[in-house]
Order: sequence, then C-alpha cells, then structure tokens
Amino acid sequence: MLKIEPRGYESTFWRYASPVLALLLTGLTSGLIFAGMGRPPGLTVYTFLIAPLLQQDGLEALAVKAAPLIMMGVGLSLAYRANVWNIGTDGQFTVGAICGGGIAIAFPEAPFWAVFPAVVIAGTLGGMANGGLVAWLRIRFNANEILTSLMLAYITQYLLVYLVVGPWRDPQGFGFPQTALFSDDALAPRLIEDTNVHLGILLAPLFSVGLWFMLEKSLLGFQFRVLGQATRAAKFAGFSENRLVWIAMLISGGLAGLAGVFEATGTLGQLTTTLSPGYGFTAIIVAFLGRLNPLGAIPAGLLLALTYLGGDAAQINLGLPNAVTGIFQGILLFYLLGCDFLLLNRVGWRRTKAGAAS
Amino acid sequence: MTELLVAFLVSTIAAATPLLLAATGELVVERVGVLNLGVEGMMLAGAIAAFATANVTGVTSLGVLAGLVAGIALALLFAVISLTLQANQTATGLALTIFGRGFSALVGAGFVGIPAPTLPKLHFPVLSEIPVLGPVVFGHDILVYLSLAILALVAWCIRATHLGLILRAVGDSHDAAHALGYPVVKIRYAAVAFGGALAGLAGAYMSLAYTPLWAQDMTAGRGWVAVALVTFAAWRPFWLLIGAWFFGALMYLSLYIQALGVPIPSAFLSAVPYIGTVVVLVLISRDARRIRLHRPAMLGRPFQARA
Repeated sequence: MLKIEPRGYESTFWRYASPVLALLLTGLTSGLIFAGMGRPPGLTVYTFLIAPLLQQDGLEALAVKAAPLIMMGVGLSLAYRANVWNIGTDGQFTVGAICGGGIAIAFPEAPFWAVFPAVVIAGTLGGMANGGLVAWLRIRFNANEILTSLMLAYITQYLLVYLVVGPWRDPQGFGFPQTALFSDDALAPRLIEDTNVHLGILLAPLFSVGLWFMLEKSLLGFQFRVLGQATRAAKFAGFSENRLVWIAMLISGGLAGLAGVFEATGTLGQLTTTLSPGYGFTAIIVAFLGRLNPLGAIPAGLLLALTYLGGDAAQINLGLPNAVTGIFQGILLFYLLGCDFLLLNRVGWRRTKAGAAS
Repeated sequence: MTELLVAFLVSTIAAATPLLLAATGELVVERVGVLNLGVEGMMLAGAIAAFATANVTGVTSLGVLAGLVAGIALALLFAVISLTLQANQTATGLALTIFGRGFSALVGAGFVGIPAPTLPKLHFPVLSEIPVLGPVVFGHDILVYLSLAILALVAWCIRATHLGLILRAVGDSHDAAHALGYPVVKIRYAAVAFGGALAGLAGAYMSLAYTPLWAQDMTAGRGWVAVALVTFAAWRPFWLLIGAWFFGALMYLSLYIQALGVPIPSAFLSAVPYIGTVVVLVLISRDARRIRLHRPAMLGRPFQARA
C-alpha cells in the first residue's frame, strides 16, 4: 500500500521537480479531457502547446503575451512571499492602461520624448494608487486584501467601460466602443522594426532580475521572506509588517500598471472595453509556477503565454472553444499545489506484510 | 406606489437568494476552520451544470440536482488538495475559482444564447392571492424557500446541537477536537462538500431562475460577495440574511435606476454593488477586536494528525 511519511525538511530535488511533474500531469489530464470530448488527445495537446511556436511570428506573439504576465507575476511573487494576497492585478493593469492611455489621448501632438515617459509614469502611478488603496484599507481598516483588491478589479473594469463608451470614445470611430488610436509618438518603441516586439518585452525580464536581487540579497528582501514564513519571528525582530504590506502592494500594483501601459501602447495602440483576457488570474499561476521566485516568473510567464496562443490555435484548427485555456490553467495550478506535498513528505510503496506488522 | 414596493421587495429577495445560499455554505466551511475562496468557481460550475441538464432533459429539478452535484464535485477537488495534501488554502481556493471559470466556459460554449426551462414559481391557494403579502411572501420558486430553510437549519444546528458543538470545536481548536477523538479531516471534508452543494445550488438559481440563460462568467463576482458576507455577518448565520438582503436591494436598485433613464452613466450604477462590498467590508473590519472575537481560531490553518 501507499506509504507516506513526513520528511521533516524541504526536499531540494522536489523543489524543482514538482513543477515539472505538475506540468506533465496537466498535459496528461488535458489529453484525457480532450479524448473525452472526442478529439484525438495527442494532436490536441500538440496543437495547444507546440504548434503555436512553429507558426510564423509564433515567438513574437509569445513574447508579446508573456511580457505583461511576467511583469505581473514578478510583483505577485514578492507580495505572496509576504502573505499579501493581491488577487486584483487585473484592476491595477486596467488602471495603468487608463492613466497611460488618458495621457496619450490628451496630448496627441506631443513629441515622443515628452509624451511617452509621461504615459509610462502615469500608468505606473495609477497601478500603484490602486495597489496602495488596497494596502491602506488593510492597514488602516483591517479589510481583507483578497476581497478589496478583487472588488476594485470589477470597479475599474466598469470605469474603463464608462470612459471608452462615454467621454473618451473616438468621435470618428463609427460608434465603436474604442478610443482614438494613440499618436505614433505615444506608442512603446519597437525593439525590432516592423514587429510587435516592444520595449516592455525587454523590461519584463529586467524587473524579474532586479526584484530577485532585492528579495534574495537585500535586508528588505530578507524581511519579506521572514514575514511570510514566520510572522511572529518577524515581529520580534522588529520588522514593520505595515511597511512591508505597503511595499508589496505598491510594487505589485505598479508593475501591473506598467504591464497595462505596455499592453495599451505596445500591443493595442488604443483603449477598448476589454483590455485584459484574464491576465490577473493567470499572473497568480505564473507566480506559483515560478515558485514565488521572481526569476522563475520568466519561464512560467512564457509557458502561460503559450496557453493563450494554444487556446486560439485550438479554436481555429480544431474548433474547440478557447475556454480550454482557462481549464488548462486551473488544472495546472491544482497540480502545482498538490505536487508540493512531495516537498515535505516522502511517498513510496510499502510491502503489505511489513505494513501489517507496523 | 404599492406596485413599486412589491416589485422592489420581490426582486430584492430574488437577488439575495444566490448570495444567501452560497454564503450559508461558506459560513459552515469557515466555522470548521477552512477558508474556501473557490465559491465563485463552484457557483459557475453549478450554473452551467444546472443549465445544461435542464436544457437537455427539459426537467428543471434534474437541473437543480446537477448544479448541486457539480458544486460538491469541485468542493471535493478543493478538499483533496487543501486538506489531504495540505496545500495553502488561499491558493487552492483561487485555483478552484480559475478552474470553475474555465470549466463552465468550456461546457457552456455550446449553450450560449439558447433558452432553458425556468424554475416555476410556487402558487399557494388563497395565500398567493393576498395583496402585497401574497407576491412578496408566497410568490417565489422553491429555491428561495429552501435557502431560508437551510439557513434556519444551519443556525439551529450550530447554536443548539451536539453536531454544532463538534463543528465549532474543529474550527476553534482542531488539536483539542482531535484529542477528543473527533475525525477532524473527515468533518472538514463533509463541511467543504456541504459548502460546495450550496454554492452549486446558488449557481443553479442564477441560471434557472434569476437570469434563465447561460452567459460566460454570469455570476459576476457574486461568489466573492458571498465570501465577504460571511465576514460581514461575523460568522453568525442570521446576520447573513440581513447582508444578503442588503446586497440584493443594492443590486436591484442599480438595475432599476438604470432602467429609469436617470442621467447617471450605467457603468457607475453597475459598479455600485462592488463599491458597496468594499465599503461594508471596511466598516465591518474596522473593529479588529470584534473580528478576532468571532472568527474561528483555526481559519485557514492546515491540520496534520500527529501520532
């Protein structure tokens, strides 16, 4: 029968092997689900995870999708380390896009050197303000940040709809719910000409490296890790929990706001009523798949970006609804959390006789 | 004027019902010390399961049953990962919400924009004919009455029965409950399944009675409002009713004022229930001592039996 015993320590091997195992199990389970839906499982998993990369522009599309996920996932890695459960990054992303986009629309004639930095700063500050509001409500009023951050995400979505349908709607847009296109000077600069590879794609991994240094090599990072693992010890050491909550929410909110700016100015070039295809929840999975390590958010962000491309490919090539993306992501997070059981417990087979004796 | 009042009361009770069902389930879950943030996902799974079953079979009661079963199935998934494999409950609950959204969208892709049979309103002879009182009290469908009955049952059970005492012991001190010989993990499994069943019913109510249609993400955050309601009620069942009616009224009014054509942008009015949730949470949580006093002491803590 199955034998389970606590290790009493954290297995280094399983620390890195458990996400790989979770991925394999997710692939297997989705294959079974596809088979249950009457599709050839091998072909579907291939279409979902490999075919998008082989397409022309496949890598470009991957990078464009991964950049916001990495930025948001990096911020969440930091926040979750300190048990600050920001789950409303969708809202911070939207506020960032609104603030940045608002500047771009307000100054269509401004030169690049003036308008683009202003767009970036406004968007980042917007995301930080949204995150900061959540931090303030938790610290000042003891309000649960899980609920407030998520409710703010719903509220900002309605704010976006109001602006795009109402005062910011493009007068020449034939009534479509979208703003005017931003001027070329307000767009994120391209790293490679005639592609969508924009500045944000370069910045995302830089943030990830920067925050990794902060978390692993600085006193502030140490405080984050202690607060998450041993709240009482952090209090005895005199670390201010409130200060860390502020920092976690401002950084994760600011990065999500920045991601929103680059989505608006790098990918879309205008504001529409739907900016985020569920990035907020996906970023949570990015953070966990990356082991709450800012560096881990890079491969995790790339993989989850692939699930978006895969959902589109499965829709076009196999006629599957692109909701398969969501179910794949949900199963992946389940397995990730479940497989971490192996970190602290040894699981093996016990011979039945010995089992009966003990 | 009377007509307006009747419409207001009837609609408020209808809007409050899914909140009340889901929140009652979550209250029981939290009273045994488990925080399941997957209510939204379980509601969505219940909504699509109920809608699809009712649509295919044409029988609404089978639909309601399917919603219940879907809720339990998802809840058990949560229980295996958070209780047996002892993963972080917050993260597992989020996973359940993500999974439920994906699952319901996938199954529901073929059911968008088609009608399903609607849960019939009950008709009581004589009673339903009374002016005002008739439609407000005796004019609802079976789930509305069921939600109130379950709430009363849960309140009585927690307050006055031996079972309630055991549930509270597990939630307030799982080590003591374990030492007394109560199967902590099994009790938690049962409570989580009960919470899933009620969330599934809440979803079924959404797709078969409240807005008898399937639309992706049709619960629109109601699962999260239900979680907030449990905190609002300070884990006391009857306060859930007041909270659910309050939010039901808020949801109805935001729709009603939009329909009147008042010159307020409809997006702002739609946001009112969410703003209301934040405001109420802030007002309630402000008194940290009161929250600490009522909150089950083991809420969110994993339990591992030691030999």
